[in-house]
Amino acid sequence: MSAGWIAIAVIGVATMLIKATGPVILGGRELPPRVLDVVTLLAPALLAALVATQVFGFGRSLVLDERVLGLSVALVALALRAPVLVVVVVAAAATATFRLIA
Amino acid sequence: MPSSRFRDGARAALPFAVAVGAFGIPFGLLARSAGFGSLGAVVMSATTFAGSAQFAAASILDAGGAVAAAVVAAILLNARYAPIGVSVAPVLGGSLWKRFLLAQLVVDESWAIANRGGRFDRGLLIGAGAVLYVTWVSTTALGALGAQAIGDPTALGLDAAFPALFLALLWSQLRERRGIVAAVLGASIALVLTPFVPLGLPILAASAGCLVGLRRS
Repeated sequence: MSAGWIAIAVIGVATMLIKATGPVILGGRELPPRVLDVVTLLAPALLAALVATQVFGFGRSLVLDERVLGLSVALVALALRAPVLVVVVVAAAATATFRLIA
Repeated sequence: MPSSRFRDGARAALPFAVAVGAFGIPFGLLARSAGFGSLGAVVMSATTFAGSAQFAAASILDAGGAVAAAVVAAILLNARYAPIGVSVAPVLGGSLWKRFLLAQLVVDESWAIANRGGRFDRGLLIGAGAVLYVTWVSTTALGALGAQAIGDPTALGLDAAFPALFLALLWSQLRERRGIVAAVLGASIALVLTPFVPLGLPILAASAGCLVGLRRS
């Protein structure tokens, strides 16, 4: 088996198991209130972490580039109560424009 | 599952499918160059279905890195799906196989779209996940078969589309004080750790921000 296929198989099986663990063990059951208190806050914690790393992260370094400007435009759109789709489109368009200028 | 929720999820995912597809094609190209072959590239997208981990693994092998390094990097990048899986578990009922297979449709974007104030909507999750899955696998195939990307996704600003989506969905959750604290903790943990630990671990560690929920409000 080639190196590529070993990687594909191991990563595929591992990822499927990681994704399935919660639903297979706990699927369809309501979580205890104490756990739910914590899990409810997983969304803001992880979403904020994804935003932060996708805006400032470049591999293992932190950088300031056009993405910050694009996301700033997105923030303005959010403050103006723009719908999600508009926010996403203006962020991409602004980032592309700033890159073109830079 | 009310099918209207499924349709709503699919519709909500369409704009992101464009961005996901724009990255699927270069992934297919990279995977072929990394020695996966066209079939291997498609099999990886169909089984792993997690863009950042796939790009990391293929890049490492393409640069001549060890299989073990590629595997460890991909698993670390996907480790966040363990807590994410717990968060969607209450709405993913059904037989063992059904739960196992539906769990595979969970990616950052479908999870974020299905999120309703910390709880999740099954129809939205499956509808969005199905659209993104089909897009990711089919565009990987296009790239692996040699289609040139329509354009450089980065030049089109498409890499900013994902954080903008996550920011918009986060925005709606910042009304409650504990949500704000969890968000600040999550972002801070991720940024502080980024220079010091392998990719993926900062996001996994950031999920600890939700432990603020243990405090009595």
